[in-house]
Formats: sequence, structure tokens, C-alpha cells
Amino acid sequence: MNLKELVTGESGEKQFLLGNEAAVRGVIEAGVSIAATYPGTPSSEIGNVLSVLAKDANIYFEFSTNEKVAMEVAATAAASGLRSFTFMKHVGMNVAADSFMTTAYSGVTGGMVILVADDPSLFSSQNEQDTRNYARIANVPILEPSNCQEVKDMVKYAFDLSEQFGIPVIVRTTTRVSHMRGVVEFGDVNDNSSNNDNHWKRGHFKKDPSKYVPVPAFAGDMHIRLWDKINEIEGISAKSEFNREIDFSDEKSYGLIASSSAYNYAHDVVKFNDLDVNILKLGFSYPFPQDKVVEFIEDLDEVFVVEEVDPIIERDVLAAIGAKNLDVIVHGKLDGTFPLYHEFNSDIVAQGLDKVLNFDEKTAVSYSLGLEELQENIPSRAPVLCAGCPHRAMYYGINLAIEELGLKPEDVIFASDIGCYTLGINPPYNAADYLLSMGSSVGDGCGFSVSTDQKVASFIGDSTFFHSGVSPLINAVHNKHNFVLTVLDNRITAMTGGQPNPGIPVDGMGDEAPEVSIRKLALACGCDYVRVINPFNLEQVVKTYKEAFERNDTAVIISKAPCTLIKGLTKKPPVNFVEGNCNYCDKCVSELACPAISKVDGKITIDKAQCDGCNVCIQVCKYGALEAGR
Amino acid sequence: MDNHYCIYICGVGGQGIIKTSTIIGEAAMNQGLDVVMSEIHGMSQRGGSVSTELKIGGYNSSIIPNQAADMLLSFEPVETIRGLDNVNSETKIVYNTHPIIPSSTDKEYPSVDGITKTLKENFKHVLPIDGTRLAIEAGSVLSLNMVLLGAVTADDKFPLTKESVIEAMKNNLKPKFHEMNLKAIESGYESIKG
Ligand SMILES: Cc1ncc(C[n+]2csc(CCOP(=O)(O)OP(=O)(O)O)c2C)c(N)n1
Ligand code: SF4
Ligand code: SF4
Ligand code: SF4
Repeated sequence: MNLKELVTGESGEKQFLLGNEAAVRGVIEAGVSIAATYPGTPSSEIGNVLSVLAKDANIYFEFSTNEKVAMEVAATAAASGLRSFTFMKHVGMNVAADSFMTTAYSGVTGGMVILVADDPSLFSSQNEQDTRNYARIANVPILEPSNCQEVKDMVKYAFDLSEQFGIPVIVRTTTRVSHMRGVVEFGDVNDNSSNNDNHWKRGHFKKDPSKYVPVPAFAGDMHIRLWDKINEIEGISAKSEFNREIDFSDEKSYGLIASSSAYNYAHDVVKFNDLDVNILKLGFSYPFPQDKVVEFIEDLDEVFVVEEVDPIIERDVLAAIGAKNLDVIVHGKLDGTFPLYHEFNSDIVAQGLDKVLNFDEKTAVSYSLGLEELQENIPSRAPVLCAGCPHRAMYYGINLAIEELGLKPEDVIFASDIGCYTLGINPPYNAADYLLSMGSSVGDGCGFSVSTDQKVASFIGDSTFFHSGVSPLINAVHNKHNFVLTVLDNRITAMTGGQPNPGIPVDGMGDEAPEVSIRKLALACGCDYVRVINPFNLEQVVKTYKEAFERNDTAVIISKAPCTLIKGLTKKPPVNFVEGNCNYCDKCVSELACPAISKVDGKITIDKAQCDGCNVCIQVCKYGALEAGR
Repeated sequence: MDNHYCIYICGVGGQGIIKTSTIIGEAAMNQGLDVVMSEIHGMSQRGGSVSTELKIGGYNSSIIPNQAADMLLSFEPVETIRGLDNVNSETKIVYNTHPIIPSSTDKEYPSVDGITKTLKENFKHVLPIDGTRLAIEAGSVLSLNMVLLGAVTADDKFPLTKESVIEAMKNNLKPKFHEMNLKAIESGYESIKG
């Protein structure tokens, strides 16, 4: 499929779409004018697609510096009467939460939708937090699509709901929904054509401090209005077509309530095992549709609640049972029927249902000893830093500097951060000892520097530095903290697939944009020692780190070289191995560990297809056995 | 019951696995079949293992239950072993015999002949193909995914026609590669059928 179809596709047309692409079609059908994000998997592709399509779709789109800014861009657009969209991964909500909470109080004029992608089983995250809790903390509606069609439909519907009640609405996906592909039938597109020279429409902000400025005198009333809205919306969720019964049986003993991807597993297990269980699918799960749920469960003996991550619906069901004094047994996470963590699948759901229904007759398979042995002995294939990655060169250099200063690994704490460079945790670099969240490496440097006598080296990527590294750097300087901060400026947001950031001269719509200088920022924060180094120049790297570690202030080293995956870079030819010079010291394999270098049958081998010509290995080899390619 | 078919596709980042799966999915949609697919993005880049799951015919979940795949299509020998949770005694196991040695040093890479021998001891339908060689013969090692796509269409139980798969390929890949890709699809098809 050509992505442009997401803009030009007519109502009734069908496409095989990624959940995240379906979200973009929903946004286009809803007639959104403003969209903003900070990238984060599993929601990243929404931004990648919008950045290509924004102009065609009359949408203003930006990669904001962080999720809080993206939330603020969307909130003000909605306050100005426009439809606005922001989206992020689950932990992005923590960053955006402060402004999000107030947006719930002040409300919106144009529709505002926040899509949050959760990551059960942590495919690319540091935790499994459940965004449905945020809907309850802030008291805003939440929709939980199970498949690609629903992603599109619910995103579109969420805008109508948001506008009707003047409240932001959350659409919560999971990795399996965002990264599912399925057939999506398109609907009508709301007109959002622009009435001015820009390709996107402009709104008008009507002043009303009592609505938009949450000083104590006004915020109390805002909270009352919020509850009024939510109470009214409960009537809507109770009748919503997104909360519907799927009947498999006339029996009324067992029922099952499920949402999101967990519904898919439950559906398939019930269907393919012919179980006498009817299902209530909750797609609009807060405000909790209590009347609908009570109607479904009141005649049952036992009900299963199948949901991923936290037992949220389960607790609501238990509360409903208590409130109505019903006699129904609930099987969910709290009674141990299903696990309290990690994503589900059909096998896990079947195991849970089987504990009560006893239907599963699966016999264990056994393989030959040879196969079992083979399965246990295959090499792992974990992600590694690419051949020619600038991060590897920097890590090699800093470890060498530490060694040359006579320091032991335990004398230096590596406070890491989130990005490709977190892969430095792996041997032989061992360069990640502590990590909390995006931007934490700088604050962690402050804390370790006053709490220990160890040296501290903090690492942060360029995108992460802009995201949340600047204010802790100001803290570091002002409070006289002593550590070495490395900004790994690879000219891109690499981990999430290569989005631009404020340090490069392009914006989210591909237009030219002012480049924000990390060096000038560090100087403006008050750092006395700021050096820009080329990580592929080993001598310079080692010398600079030795100098920086001898200081007693916040030293900043900007390790600047582009990610090898950036298109259009000019590269040097692959290196040559000169067998006669090699003394088999193994340094290039075991200490540099570039994936293009391996040892095959005792001999060093360069994979010329992988080698990127970064030439660091040449500087690592003390015997002249690796030489520049010609 | 619906005519269903599940394919587990696995290999290494950069081998064109997601594209191949998307083509099959689109072909299924064009034939009017129900289809869902699952893919994992993110950490799977940078030389890591990659897998997708495709389910045709009446499923809501896009993840294949244990041992429920009709076909395991693997782009790399060791990844075949990693994907075995999905197979049962009837599953067709089609895999490319060309290894990609990982940079990890935890375990030694096993012999490919040994893998084939062990698989054949345990499963009925073990179909190794030298996909990398066929791809090079078709014009470029980059057409490996098309060779394997051709191999899938050769399975008798596969519910899609070769024609609709070719149609979807054309809709998803650049015209200048169509000729090479067609050759690759045919050679993959023949290597199983022939
Ligand atoms: C709050 C939050 N938002 C987004 C992400 C997703 N994420 C992981 S790493 C990363 C950015 C990495 O970019 P950079 O710092 O430039 O490092 P690189 O990957 O380029 O080395 C992002 C956006 C996250 N983990 N947490
Ligand atoms: S994608 Fe770029 S930054 Fe990430 S490991 Fe590869 S070269 Fe390094
Ligand atoms: S570093 Fe040089 S001498 Fe040592 S093994 Fe590698 S090529 Fe040979
Ligand atoms: S030049 Fe050396 S270190 Fe750089 S990518 Fe090639 S083999 Fe790896």
C-alpha cells in the first residue's frame, strides 16, 4: 500500500493496515488540525506516518521536545477550538501528566484525543504501567481498541465524544494492537481544509480565565464540572456499541468480561474450544459501564475478567457486585486465575479458563534428546550497537581513559539513560550501572556525586538531552555537582526509528528548522568545561576523558558523529585485515566487539558487507593488522 | 469452521520479514479472507531476531497459540530452532539454510546439516532450501524474501493463490524490482513443488 491512501482513500475502501496506521486514518477522518508527539515505541509509527502525510492531510504536525510539551500543544489547540491529537508511549504519560491533569479540569473546546500505547511484556520499555490508571486518576474517558478497525473507529469516535463533553479522551492501545496488522474499512473524512495561507486551519482562543486558569478560586469549580461530565458520560458508556455482548451459548452459568488484546485471546479460546461462555467486550471502559456489566453478570454463577496488566476492570466488577449485592464469583488476576503481569496470549487465557472449566486436553509433546539439546545450545541474537556506531567508539575510549587513569571499574559509576546507547550495558563495555527514566542520567549524576566518593560518568543522547536533560544540568552547575556528562550527539533519535530532534536543521514535517546547539546550551547553563569530540578519533577521546575526570565540576563532553543509519552519509570503504601483522591479541574482537569483526577458525575476519569504515578498529589494533580500505 | 491457516515467519532484522508478511496479508485481504498479523518493532532492529505471525480465517488474536502453526517459514537456520514452539508434527517447516552468525559469543553456531538432521528426526515436513543461493541467481541476495514467499505459496494447504500473492507483491514493491522478484518467487515455488 502507498501511505498516501490514508489521506486519499475513499469511504468503504479496505486496506491492510498496521494499528498505528489505522490510528492515522482515524485522525484524518476526524478532521484533526494539530498533532504533536514525542516518539516512543510502540506508538512511534504514528508520528513517522504523520510526518510524511501532514501536509497532504492539512495537519500541523510536530515532534515536540517531550511529551509534556506535546500535551500542551494539543491542549491549547483544543482550547482554540481545533481538533488536536497527541500520542505517546505509556511512560510518556508520566512526563505529560502534570499538564494532562489540568487539561482534564479545564476541558477543551475542539476535540482532543490522547493515544497512549502500553507495552505489556516490555518489548521496548522499562516498565509495564497500565494507562487505564491515568484515566481514573484524571477522571477522563478511556477507550480500549482490540484491533486495527477499532483503532480507527475509536480514535474517530473519541473526537466526537471529546467535543460533545468538552473533555480530553484517552485511547489506550497495547503493543499487540499498535503492531497488529488487519483489514480496515475506511469511513468518511471530516473536512479540515484550511482557511488561510498555511495548509492547516487556525482556530480562535476565546478568553475565559475561570475555565482555563486553575488558580484555587477557579480550580475547585473545575473539579465539580469534571465530575458532572463524567457522571453524564457513564450513561453513554453503558449504552455504547463498543461495550457489547458476544454470545456463544444459551447457558447462563459462566460469563467473561474482557478488553483490548486480552479480548482477542479470550474470544479465540472460547470460539475454538466451543466453550459455553458468553463474552462482554468492554471497549469503552471508563467511566465504568456499571449498568451494562450488572445486566450481563446478574444471572451468572461465575464470571471471568480477562485484562492485561492491572486488575482494573476486575476491581470495578467486584465493586459492582458489592454495590448490587449480587451472588457471582469473579475469576481474574486477584484470585490467581490469570497472571498479574506480562502480556497474555491464547495459551495463558486457556490455562486460566481451564482451571475452572476443565476442557483443555492438550497432551505434552516430547522431542528427541538431540533437539532438546540443540534448543538449549543455540547462540543468542540480542540487539547490538551497529557496526560503525559512534556510541561504541565512545564507550571504548572512555573505558580506555579510565584504565589509563589507574581507576578500576568499581571506581566509576555509569549513570545511563534511554536510547541506543543503553546497549552499552552489555559486555565488553559494561557502561550502564543505574537508570531511572528519560533524562535521569543528569539528575542521577548530581545524586551520586554528593552521595559517594566514586567518580561518576553520565551518558545521555541528543534527543534525550533536549527531552529532559537541560534542567538537571542547570541543577548540576548551580549545586556544584562533580561528574562527567557525555552527550552522545548522533544527530538523530535513533532508538525509535530515526526521528529528527531540535539539534538538527529539519522539523517534523521535513521543513528547514533552526538547529539548537547543545554546546551553547551547556555553556549557557554555566558549565566551564565543554568539549566537542569526534568519537572515531580514539586519541582525542581518551585525552579528553582523562582531562574531564581530573576536574571537580560538571564537565560536559559532546561526542558528535552521526548514527550510521542516517541516509546519505558518505562512508569510507571497509577495512582490510593484514594477516601477517596480526598477533592474535583479540582486542578487536573482545574489547571493541564490532559485529563486523569476528574470529572464524582462529582467524580475524571482516564482514565487508557490514563494515561501515568507521576505522576505529584500526586505532585499536596495535600491530597494524587492520588497515584502512581503499 | 473457517478455512484457517497460521504462518509463523522468523529471521534476522533486515531480511525483509515484515514486508513479506504484509504482502501475504494484503493478498489474503484481496481474496476476501479474514486476516490478522502481528509484528514486533523496536529492539528487534540492530541485528536482533525478528518474527511475525500471520493468521488467516476467523481469528481475533494475531498471536499463534503454542504448536498451532501450519507453516514455520524461517529466513535463517538457527532462527528456525528459536521458532519451534509454534510447530506440531503436521507443520511444514521451510527454512533458508544460509546462516547469519550472530556477534554474541555465548554459544557456538551449530552445524546447519546437524540442524536439518535433528529436525528431520522430529518432524514430518522439513523443507530446507538454499534460499540465499536462489536469490543471488534471481538477481540479488535482497530477493531472499521473495524466494521464501514463493516457497509458502507451494504448500497445498496454503489458502492463497500464487497469482494473488504476486499481485500484492507488485502493489508493495518498486516496479524496477518486479522482474527479479517474479523470478525469485518462481524459484522458491519450484524448490518446494519441484
Ligand atoms: C518518556 C519516554 N519517552 C519516550 C521513550 C522512547 N525512547 C526510548 S529511547 C528514545 C530516544 C533516544 O534518542 P537519543 O537520546 O538521541 O539516543 P539514540 O537512540 O539516538 O542513541 C526514545 C524516544 C521513552 N523510553 N520514555
Ligand atoms: S541505530 Fe545508530 S545509534 Fe543506534 S546502534 Fe545503530 S548506529 Fe548506533
Ligand atoms: S587487534 Fe589487531 S592484532 Fe589483535 S587480534 Fe585484532 S587484528 Fe589481530
Ligand atoms: S571500521 Fe572496523 S570498527 Fe568500524 S565498522 Fe568496520 S570493522 Fe567495525
